[in-house]
Amino acid sequence: MNLKAATRLGGRIGHFSIDGVRLPFREGQTIMAAAMEAGVYIPHLCYNPEFTPHGSCRLCVVRSNGRHLAACTTPAAEGLEVESYTDELQEQRRELLQMLFVEGNHVCPACEKSGACQLQAVAYYCGMLAPELTYFYPQRTVDASHPDIAIDYNRCILCELCVRASREADGKNVFSIAGRGIHAHLQINSSTGKLKDSDLEVTDKAAHVCPTGAILPRNLGYNIPMGKRPYDQKPISLVGDVADHEESS
Amino acid sequence: MSQRIRIATTSLAGCFGCHMSFLDIDERLIELSEKIEFDRTPLTDIKTLGHCDIGLIEGGMGNTENYELLREFREKCDILVSMGACAINGGIPAMRNSFTLKECLETAYVEGVGVTDPQIPGDPEIPLLLNKIHPLHEVVKIDYFLPGCPPPAEMFWTFLDQLLNGQPIEFTYSQIHYD
Ligand code: SF4
Ligand code: SF4
Ligand code: FES
Repeated sequence: MNLKAATRLGGRIGHFSIDGVRLPFREGQTIMAAAMEAGVYIPHLCYNPEFTPHGSCRLCVVRSNGRHLAACTTPAAEGLEVESYTDELQEQRRELLQMLFVEGNHVCPACEKSGACQLQAVAYYCGMLAPELTYFYPQRTVDASHPDIAIDYNRCILCELCVRASREADGKNVFSIAGRGIHAHLQINSSTGKLKDSDLEVTDKAAHVCPTGAILPRNLGYNIPMGKRPYDQKPISLVGDVADHEESS
Repeated sequence: MSQRIRIATTSLAGCFGCHMSFLDIDERLIELSEKIEFDRTPLTDIKTLGHCDIGLIEGGMGNTENYELLREFREKCDILVSMGACAINGGIPAMRNSFTLKECLETAYVEGVGVTDPQIPGDPEIPLLLNKIHPLHEVVKIDYFLPGCPPPAEMFWTFLDQLLNGQPIEFTYSQIHYD
């Protein structure tokens, strides 16, 4: 037995269930990590298996023993019975999604990320027809200073994936979140606050992890015909996360 | 004849694309016309709105006339439907919400390419623009939302078919999109 297989088997310490389906988990795995490995989809936006869990989007909230738990930060445990795809939780997810949509300017008809956007895809999966709340209509300026990458801050959902990717994968620390409450916003760590004066390069991981159309590699927009974009035909539960498809687009 | 479901439609700050997509149900319009009749809509010549079972509205609310008409539709339609991205969140026109109204008007009527005699139109016949474009549900209660820019014809068909047959409204995955 090779070393990799041995650790995989050796690390397997028990089973738990999601919506009645029995799944194995390994030492230290969260409910989300174990579910993903087993191919069971739990809606998520701020989770990406490559980075430290964040727990900000709350879409992965599941129910167990009468309590609501974020699947991405809660460790799996022997015999744990988890509910995820219930009417109550899907309704709650639709409400969270509505909040994210009204907080920004999500003009999907004019957005290059449409059809390949994880926020949009999760909303489709959860059956959100419309955000029925009052819109904030933020007026944040777009940063188009960088030759290869543009940022529309009005589409940022503060998932901090770019922050984590830049810090953990690229070793650059280009992004941070500043401000409090509704004023919290993404900030570029450069002398001018502009992207062009930062160390960000289009080959960096941080340029490709954004689950929305906030961080966009330039000159690639609308290059995939409608109908052929990642989430056009099949839901995200079958297609997978947008970051897995970024490279091909 | 009076048994037929009465439908009104209108376009506020819309592009008429939602109406076109509705017409994209093609020959099924004939089947539909046995069950419904139109009140005030851009497809008929009726000028005043009567009492209707269903009101379909495309476009966000962008000026004072839109506001008046929206209130009237709510008053006279039992079921009011926001159709399309503009009605739902302001849509592309709401991109003007990133600027002041003054900036928008000056760009078009004062600094616009080829503009002669630059001035912002001020005749009282012209409805005043609101500072921002608003979704319809910020003004009146909306009963159903049909997303899409425009909603696909299949969504219109599914919606009307299920509604007229008293079934719960359920769309397929491919019928729901925001673009
Ligand atoms: S980022 Fe996604 S949800 Fe937001 S406007 Fe773009 S496509 Fe729509
Ligand atoms: S820019 Fe994208 S990746 Fe970064 S915090 Fe905002 S939504 Fe998340
Ligand atoms: S994926 Fe768990 S909170 Fe975002």
